[in-house]
Amino acid sequence: MSLLADLLTIVGVGAGAFFFLAGTVGLLRFPDTLTRLHALTKADNLGLGLIVLGLLPRAGLSGGLKLIVIWALVLLASSSASQLIARVAHRGERER
Amino acid sequence: MSLLFDIVLSLIVVALAVRVIVAEDGFAAVVSFAAYGLLVALAWVRLYAADVSLTEVAISGGLAGMLLIGAASRLRAIDARAAAQRSGRGVRLFAALLSCGVAGGLGLAVLALPDPAPSLAEAAVANLPPTGVGNPVTAVLMAFRATDTLLETVVVVLALVGVWSLAPDRLWGGRPGAREHADPNGPLAFLARVLPPIGVVVAVYLLWAGASEPGGAFQGGAILAATWLLVIMAGLSDAPATHGHGLRWLLVAGPLLFLAVGFAGIWLADAFLAYPTDWAKALIVAVEVAKLLSVAAALGLLLLGPPRRIDTP
Repeated sequence: MSLLADLLTIVGVGAGAFFFLAGTVGLLRFPDTLTRLHALTKADNLGLGLIVLGLLPRAGLSGGLKLIVIWALVLLASSSASQLIARVAHRGERER
Repeated sequence: MSLLFDIVLSLIVVALAVRVIVAEDGFAAVVSFAAYGLLVALAWVRLYAADVSLTEVAISGGLAGMLLIGAASRLRAIDARAAAQRSGRGVRLFAALLSCGVAGGLGLAVLALPDPAPSLAEAAVANLPPTGVGNPVTAVLMAFRATDTLLETVVVVLALVGVWSLAPDRLWGGRPGAREHADPNGPLAFLARVLPPIGVVVAVYLLWAGASEPGGAFQGGAILAATWLLVIMAGLSDAPATHGHGLRWLLVAGPLLFLAVGFAGIWLADAFLAYPTDWAKALIVAVEVAKLLSVAAALGLLLLGPPRRIDTP
Protein backbone atom coordinates (compact mmCIF):
# COMPACT_ATOMS: atom_id res chain seq x y z
CA MET A 1 0.00 0.00 0.00
CA SER A 2 2.74 2.42 0.91
CA LEU A 3 4.63 1.33 -2.18
CA LEU A 4 1.59 2.27 -4.27
CA ALA A 5 1.38 5.65 -2.51
CA ASP A 6 5.08 6.27 -3.11
CA LEU A 7 4.68 5.35 -6.74
CA LEU A 8 1.74 7.76 -7.12
CA THR A 9 3.82 10.53 -5.51
CA ILE A 10 6.83 9.92 -7.74
CA VAL A 11 4.78 9.72 -10.94
CA GLY A 12 2.52 12.67 -10.04
CA VAL A 13 5.24 15.07 -8.89
CA GLY A 14 7.55 13.99 -11.71
CA ALA A 15 4.88 14.54 -14.37
CA GLY A 16 3.93 17.87 -12.75
CA ALA A 17 7.56 19.03 -12.80
CA PHE A 18 7.77 18.01 -16.46
CA PHE A 19 4.73 20.15 -17.31
CA PHE A 20 6.23 23.10 -15.43
CA LEU A 21 9.46 22.69 -17.39
CA ALA A 22 7.57 22.40 -20.68
CA GLY A 23 5.48 25.46 -19.81
CA THR A 24 8.59 27.48 -18.97
CA VAL A 25 10.32 26.45 -22.21
CA GLY A 26 7.15 27.44 -24.09
CA LEU A 27 7.02 30.80 -22.28
CA LEU A 28 10.60 31.50 -23.36
CA ARG A 29 10.43 30.13 -26.91
CA PHE A 30 6.95 30.79 -28.30
CA PRO A 31 6.64 33.77 -30.66
CA ASP A 32 3.64 35.81 -29.44
CA THR A 33 1.56 36.59 -26.37
CA LEU A 34 -1.33 34.21 -27.05
CA THR A 35 0.84 31.13 -27.62
CA ARG A 36 2.98 32.04 -24.60
CA LEU A 37 -0.20 32.21 -22.48
CA HIS A 38 -1.19 28.82 -23.88
CA ALA A 39 2.12 27.36 -22.67
CA LEU A 40 1.80 29.02 -19.28
CA THR A 41 -1.69 27.72 -18.53
CA LYS A 42 -0.50 24.16 -19.10
CA ALA A 43 2.13 24.63 -16.39
CA ASP A 44 -0.29 26.35 -14.00
CA ASN A 45 -3.23 24.02 -14.31
CA LEU A 46 -1.96 20.60 -15.32
CA GLY A 47 1.48 20.83 -13.66
CA LEU A 48 0.15 22.05 -10.32
CA GLY A 49 -2.77 19.61 -10.50
CA LEU A 50 -0.42 16.66 -11.01
CA ILE A 51 1.86 17.79 -8.16
CA VAL A 52 -1.17 18.14 -5.86
CA LEU A 53 -2.36 14.69 -6.94
CA GLY A 54 1.09 13.26 -6.21
CA LEU A 55 1.20 14.87 -2.75
CA LEU A 56 -2.32 13.74 -1.74
CA PRO A 57 -1.26 10.35 -0.28
CA ARG A 58 1.20 12.16 2.04
CA ALA A 59 -1.01 15.02 3.20
CA GLY A 60 -3.72 13.34 5.29
CA LEU A 61 -7.39 14.30 5.05
CA SER A 62 -7.46 18.00 6.04
CA GLY A 63 -4.10 18.72 4.41
CA GLY A 64 -5.27 17.01 1.22
CA LEU A 65 -8.49 19.03 1.14
CA LYS A 66 -6.46 22.23 1.57
CA LEU A 67 -4.20 21.21 -1.33
CA ILE A 68 -7.22 20.60 -3.58
CA VAL A 69 -8.77 23.95 -2.60
CA ILE A 70 -5.45 25.69 -3.36
CA TRP A 71 -5.35 24.04 -6.77
CA ALA A 72 -8.95 25.11 -7.48
CA LEU A 73 -8.16 28.71 -6.47
CA VAL A 74 -5.06 28.78 -8.68
CA LEU A 75 -7.16 27.42 -11.57
CA LEU A 76 -9.72 30.17 -11.06
CA ALA A 77 -7.16 32.96 -10.70
CA SER A 78 -4.83 31.92 -13.51
CA SER A 79 -7.57 31.26 -16.04
CA SER A 80 -9.22 34.62 -15.30
CA ALA A 81 -5.87 36.42 -15.43
CA SER A 82 -4.90 34.82 -18.74
CA GLN A 83 -8.32 35.73 -20.18
CA LEU A 84 -7.66 39.35 -19.21
CA ILE A 85 -4.13 39.34 -20.64
CA ALA A 86 -5.35 37.68 -23.84
CA ARG A 87 -8.06 40.33 -24.25
CA VAL A 88 -5.53 43.16 -23.97
CA ALA A 89 -3.15 41.39 -26.36
CA HIS A 90 -5.95 40.72 -28.85
CA ARG A 91 -7.13 44.33 -28.76
CA GLY A 92 -3.56 45.57 -29.25
CA GLU A 93 -3.15 43.29 -32.28
CA ARG A 94 -6.33 44.51 -33.94
CA GLU A 95 -5.37 48.17 -33.52
CA ARG A 96 -2.03 47.62 -35.18
CA MET B 1 18.74 18.78 -0.34
CA SER B 2 17.10 21.61 1.58
CA LEU B 3 20.46 23.40 1.64
CA LEU B 4 20.49 23.27 -2.16
CA PHE B 5 16.95 24.69 -2.21
CA ASP B 6 17.95 27.52 0.15
CA ILE B 7 21.01 28.40 -1.92
CA VAL B 8 19.01 28.49 -5.18
CA LEU B 9 16.28 30.54 -3.47
CA SER B 10 18.83 33.06 -2.14
CA LEU B 11 20.49 33.37 -5.55
CA ILE B 12 17.14 34.01 -7.28
CA VAL B 13 16.19 36.61 -4.65
CA VAL B 14 19.48 38.46 -5.19
CA ALA B 15 19.16 38.19 -8.98
CA LEU B 16 15.62 39.63 -8.83
CA ALA B 17 16.80 42.46 -6.57
CA VAL B 18 19.49 43.33 -9.14
CA ARG B 19 16.86 43.18 -11.89
CA VAL B 20 14.62 45.63 -10.02
CA ILE B 21 17.52 48.10 -9.93
CA VAL B 22 18.75 47.75 -13.51
CA ALA B 23 15.33 47.55 -15.21
CA GLU B 24 14.99 50.36 -17.77
CA ASP B 25 11.20 50.39 -17.71
CA GLY B 26 9.31 51.27 -14.53
CA PHE B 27 6.70 48.59 -15.20
CA ALA B 28 9.30 45.81 -15.57
CA ALA B 29 10.90 46.91 -12.29
CA VAL B 30 7.52 46.71 -10.52
CA VAL B 31 6.80 43.22 -11.84
CA SER B 32 10.24 42.05 -10.69
CA PHE B 33 9.62 43.65 -7.31
CA ALA B 34 6.35 41.75 -6.85
CA ALA B 35 8.08 38.47 -7.74
CA TYR B 36 10.90 39.42 -5.36
CA GLY B 37 8.33 39.92 -2.57
CA LEU B 38 6.84 36.46 -3.17
CA LEU B 39 10.26 34.77 -3.05
CA VAL B 40 11.29 36.70 0.07
CA ALA B 41 8.08 35.42 1.67
CA LEU B 42 9.21 31.90 0.76
CA ALA B 43 12.56 32.65 2.42
CA TRP B 44 10.74 33.70 5.61
CA VAL B 45 8.90 30.36 5.57
CA ARG B 46 12.29 28.61 5.34
CA LEU B 47 13.33 30.59 8.45
CA TYR B 48 10.21 29.32 10.30
CA ALA B 49 8.75 32.84 10.44
CA ALA B 50 5.29 32.15 9.00
CA ASP B 51 3.79 35.33 10.50
CA VAL B 52 6.37 37.54 8.79
CA SER B 53 5.94 35.57 5.59
CA LEU B 54 2.17 36.14 5.51
CA THR B 55 2.66 39.86 6.02
CA GLU B 56 5.40 40.00 3.39
CA VAL B 57 3.29 38.24 0.78
CA ALA B 58 0.20 40.36 1.49
CA ILE B 59 1.99 43.70 1.66
CA SER B 60 5.03 43.44 -0.61
CA GLY B 61 3.74 40.97 -3.17
CA GLY B 62 0.13 42.11 -3.17
CA LEU B 63 -0.70 45.63 -2.03
CA ALA B 64 2.65 47.32 -2.65
CA GLY B 65 2.78 45.66 -6.07
CA MET B 66 -0.62 47.13 -6.93
CA LEU B 67 0.35 50.55 -5.61
CA LEU B 68 3.56 50.53 -7.65
CA ILE B 69 1.81 49.33 -10.83
CA GLY B 70 -0.56 52.28 -10.48
CA ALA B 71 2.40 54.63 -9.99
CA ALA B 72 4.32 53.12 -12.93
CA SER B 73 1.37 53.45 -15.31
CA ARG B 74 0.90 57.09 -14.29
CA LEU B 75 4.62 57.79 -14.68
CA ARG B 76 4.75 56.11 -18.10
CA ALA B 77 3.70 59.35 -19.78
CA ILE B 78 6.68 61.23 -18.37
CA ASP B 79 9.08 58.27 -18.45
CA ALA B 80 10.48 59.27 -21.84
CA ARG B 81 11.11 62.85 -20.73
CA ALA B 82 12.64 61.67 -17.47
CA ALA B 83 14.97 59.36 -19.39
CA ALA B 84 16.09 62.28 -21.56
CA GLN B 85 17.21 64.34 -18.57
CA ARG B 86 19.03 61.67 -16.61
CA SER B 87 21.12 62.88 -13.76
CA GLY B 88 24.86 63.18 -14.36
CA ARG B 89 27.34 60.35 -14.10
CA GLY B 90 28.76 61.69 -10.85
CA VAL B 91 25.40 61.78 -9.09
CA ARG B 92 24.57 58.26 -10.24
CA LEU B 93 27.98 56.95 -9.16
CA PHE B 94 27.51 58.60 -5.76
CA ALA B 95 24.04 57.03 -5.37
CA ALA B 96 25.42 53.61 -6.31
CA LEU B 97 28.30 53.94 -3.84
CA LEU B 98 25.94 55.06 -1.09
CA SER B 99 23.59 52.11 -1.72
CA CYS B 100 26.49 49.64 -1.79
CA GLY B 101 27.80 51.17 1.43
CA VAL B 102 24.47 50.75 3.19
CA ALA B 103 24.09 47.17 1.89
CA GLY B 104 27.68 46.31 2.92
CA GLY B 105 27.18 47.89 6.36
CA LEU B 106 23.98 45.92 6.89
CA GLY B 107 25.75 42.72 5.83
CA LEU B 108 28.62 43.38 8.25
CA ALA B 109 26.17 44.13 11.06
CA VAL B 110 24.31 40.85 10.44
CA LEU B 111 27.56 38.87 10.30
CA ALA B 112 28.82 40.55 13.49
CA LEU B 113 25.80 39.40 15.53
CA PRO B 114 26.81 37.22 18.49
CA ASP B 115 26.14 33.52 18.02
CA PRO B 116 23.76 32.41 19.46
CA ALA B 117 21.88 35.68 19.02
CA PRO B 118 20.39 37.25 22.16
CA SER B 119 16.73 36.24 22.23
CA LEU B 120 13.64 37.01 24.25
CA ALA B 121 11.80 34.09 22.66
CA GLU B 122 11.97 31.95 25.79
CA ALA B 123 10.70 34.75 28.02
CA ALA B 124 7.85 35.40 25.57
CA VAL B 125 6.81 31.73 25.51
CA ALA B 126 7.10 31.44 29.31
CA ASN B 127 4.71 34.36 29.78
CA LEU B 128 2.12 33.14 27.25
CA PRO B 129 -0.46 31.68 29.72
CA PRO B 130 -1.62 35.00 31.28
CA THR B 131 -2.41 36.45 27.83
CA GLY B 132 -4.68 33.53 26.90
CA VAL B 133 -3.38 33.39 23.31
CA GLY B 134 -1.29 30.51 21.97
CA ASN B 135 0.72 32.26 19.26
CA PRO B 136 3.81 33.97 20.76
CA VAL B 137 3.91 36.47 17.88
CA THR B 138 0.35 37.61 18.61
CA ALA B 139 1.19 37.80 22.32
CA VAL B 140 4.20 40.03 21.59
CA LEU B 141 2.19 42.27 19.23
CA MET B 142 -0.94 42.58 21.36
CA ALA B 143 0.35 42.29 24.95
CA PHE B 144 4.11 42.55 25.53
CA ARG B 145 4.74 45.28 22.95
CA ALA B 146 1.18 46.57 22.53
CA THR B 147 2.39 50.20 22.43
CA ASP B 148 4.20 49.60 19.13
CA THR B 149 1.16 47.93 17.60
CA LEU B 150 -1.13 50.74 18.79
CA LEU B 151 1.12 53.33 17.17
CA GLU B 152 1.28 51.28 13.96
CA THR B 153 -2.50 51.22 13.65
CA VAL B 154 -2.52 55.00 14.14
CA VAL B 155 0.22 55.46 11.52
CA VAL B 156 -1.88 53.70 8.87
CA VAL B 157 -4.74 56.17 9.47
CA LEU B 158 -2.30 59.12 9.44
CA ALA B 159 -0.86 57.91 6.11
CA LEU B 160 -4.38 57.87 4.69
CA VAL B 161 -4.98 61.43 5.94
CA GLY B 162 -1.75 62.36 4.13
CA VAL B 163 -2.96 60.79 0.88
CA TRP B 164 -6.37 62.47 1.14
CA SER B 165 -4.66 65.81 1.74
CA LEU B 166 -3.33 65.68 -1.83
CA ALA B 167 -6.85 66.35 -3.12
CA PRO B 168 -7.65 69.92 -4.21
CA ASP B 169 -10.20 71.75 -2.04
CA ARG B 170 -13.15 71.37 -4.41
CA LEU B 171 -12.73 67.56 -4.50
CA TRP B 172 -12.41 67.16 -0.72
CA GLY B 173 -14.77 64.46 0.48
CA GLY B 174 -15.27 63.11 -3.05
CA ARG B 175 -14.73 59.58 -4.33
CA PRO B 176 -11.19 58.30 -4.98
CA GLY B 177 -10.06 56.86 -8.31
CA ALA B 178 -11.89 56.80 -11.62
CA ARG B 179 -15.25 55.07 -12.00
CA GLU B 180 -14.44 51.61 -13.33
CA HIS B 181 -16.41 50.35 -16.30
CA ALA B 182 -15.38 46.74 -16.77
CA ASP B 183 -17.34 44.38 -18.99
CA PRO B 184 -20.13 43.09 -16.69
CA ASN B 185 -19.92 39.65 -18.33
CA GLY B 186 -16.13 39.59 -18.60
CA PRO B 187 -13.63 37.47 -16.66
CA LEU B 188 -12.81 40.25 -14.17
CA ALA B 189 -16.46 40.65 -13.15
CA PHE B 190 -16.74 36.87 -12.91
CA LEU B 191 -13.71 36.72 -10.61
CA ALA B 192 -15.08 39.61 -8.55
CA ARG B 193 -18.33 37.67 -8.03
CA VAL B 194 -16.74 34.32 -7.17
CA LEU B 195 -13.79 35.38 -5.00
CA PRO B 196 -15.26 37.74 -2.34
CA PRO B 197 -16.97 35.02 -0.24
CA ILE B 198 -13.71 33.04 -0.24
CA GLY B 199 -11.69 36.19 0.55
CA VAL B 200 -13.93 37.10 3.50
CA VAL B 201 -13.75 33.57 4.92
CA VAL B 202 -9.94 33.47 4.58
CA ALA B 203 -9.60 36.92 6.20
CA VAL B 204 -11.77 35.97 9.19
CA TYR B 205 -9.96 32.63 9.46
CA LEU B 206 -6.56 34.37 9.52
CA LEU B 207 -7.81 36.70 12.26
CA TRP B 208 -9.26 33.89 14.36
CA ALA B 209 -6.32 31.53 13.82
CA GLY B 210 -3.95 34.39 14.69
CA ALA B 211 -4.70 33.82 18.39
CA SER B 212 -3.05 30.41 18.34
CA GLU B 213 -1.28 30.00 14.98
CA PRO B 214 0.36 32.29 12.41
CA GLY B 215 -2.03 34.98 11.21
CA GLY B 216 -3.64 38.08 12.65
CA ALA B 217 -5.54 41.27 12.01
CA PHE B 218 -3.02 42.82 9.64
CA GLN B 219 -2.77 39.84 7.31
CA GLY B 220 -6.55 39.33 7.40
CA GLY B 221 -7.09 43.03 6.79
CA ALA B 222 -4.81 42.98 3.75
CA ILE B 223 -6.80 40.11 2.22
CA LEU B 224 -10.11 41.84 3.00
CA ALA B 225 -8.79 45.03 1.37
CA ALA B 226 -7.68 43.11 -1.73
CA THR B 227 -11.12 41.50 -2.02
CA TRP B 228 -12.81 44.89 -1.72
CA LEU B 229 -10.50 46.41 -4.35
CA LEU B 230 -11.25 43.55 -6.74
CA VAL B 231 -14.98 44.30 -6.49
CA ILE B 232 -14.33 48.02 -7.12
CA MET B 233 -11.96 47.35 -10.03
CA ALA B 234 -14.50 45.07 -11.70
CA GLY B 235 -17.03 47.93 -11.58
CA LEU B 236 -19.47 45.95 -9.42
CA SER B 237 -19.36 48.60 -6.71
CA ASP B 238 -18.18 52.21 -6.66
CA ALA B 239 -15.44 53.53 -4.40
CA PRO B 240 -16.97 55.13 -1.29
CA ALA B 241 -17.25 58.89 -0.90
CA THR B 242 -14.59 59.93 1.61
CA HIS B 243 -16.90 62.32 3.47
CA GLY B 244 -19.07 59.47 4.78
CA HIS B 245 -19.27 59.36 8.58
CA GLY B 246 -19.68 55.57 8.60
CA LEU B 247 -16.46 55.15 6.62
CA ARG B 248 -14.51 57.52 8.86
CA TRP B 249 -15.73 55.80 12.03
CA LEU B 250 -14.73 52.46 10.50
CA LEU B 251 -11.23 53.81 9.84
CA VAL B 252 -10.65 54.90 13.44
CA ALA B 253 -12.58 52.03 15.10
CA GLY B 254 -9.44 49.90 15.54
CA PRO B 255 -7.16 52.56 17.06
CA LEU B 256 -10.03 53.96 19.20
CA LEU B 257 -10.98 50.58 20.68
CA PHE B 258 -7.28 49.79 21.23
CA LEU B 259 -6.83 53.12 23.07
CA ALA B 260 -10.02 52.60 25.10
CA VAL B 261 -8.89 49.13 26.18
CA GLY B 262 -5.44 50.56 26.94
CA PHE B 263 -6.83 53.30 29.20
CA ALA B 264 -9.25 50.86 30.84
CA GLY B 265 -6.15 48.83 31.72
CA ILE B 266 -4.99 51.64 34.03
CA TRP B 267 -7.91 50.92 36.37
CA LEU B 268 -8.45 47.22 35.71
CA ALA B 269 -4.85 46.00 35.57
CA ASP B 270 -2.75 48.84 36.98
CA ALA B 271 -0.99 49.85 33.76
CA PHE B 272 -1.69 51.47 30.40
CA LEU B 273 -2.33 48.72 27.81
CA ALA B 274 -2.30 45.96 30.43
CA TYR B 275 -5.12 43.40 30.33
CA PRO B 276 -6.92 41.93 33.35
CA THR B 277 -5.88 38.26 33.29
CA ASP B 278 -9.39 36.75 33.11
CA TRP B 279 -10.37 38.96 30.19
CA ALA B 280 -7.09 39.04 28.28
CA LYS B 281 -8.01 36.80 25.37
CA ALA B 282 -11.51 38.26 24.91
CA LEU B 283 -10.13 41.81 24.89
CA ILE B 284 -7.30 40.91 22.51
CA VAL B 285 -9.70 39.27 20.06
CA ALA B 286 -12.12 42.23 20.27
CA VAL B 287 -9.32 44.70 19.50
CA GLU B 288 -8.12 42.44 16.66
CA VAL B 289 -11.60 42.38 15.09
CA ALA B 290 -11.82 46.19 15.17
CA LYS B 291 -8.26 46.40 13.81
CA LEU B 292 -9.13 44.00 10.98
CA LEU B 293 -11.93 46.27 9.76
CA SER B 294 -9.92 49.47 10.16
CA VAL B 295 -6.81 48.05 8.48
CA ALA B 296 -8.86 46.68 5.58
CA ALA B 297 -10.61 50.02 5.02
CA ALA B 298 -7.39 52.02 5.39
CA LEU B 299 -5.29 49.81 3.08
CA GLY B 300 -8.04 49.76 0.43
CA LEU B 301 -8.43 53.54 0.54
CA LEU B 302 -4.64 54.05 0.50
CA LEU B 303 -4.49 52.14 -2.78
CA LEU B 304 -7.48 54.00 -4.24
CA GLY B 305 -5.62 57.27 -3.69
CA PRO B 306 -6.82 60.84 -3.08
CA PRO B 307 -10.40 61.88 -3.89
CA ARG B 308 -10.66 62.66 -7.61
CA ARG B 309 -14.34 63.25 -8.40
CA ILE B 310 -17.32 64.69 -6.61
CA ASP B 311 -20.83 63.32 -7.00
CA THR B 312 -22.95 65.56 -9.22
CA PRO B 313 -26.54 65.58 -7.94
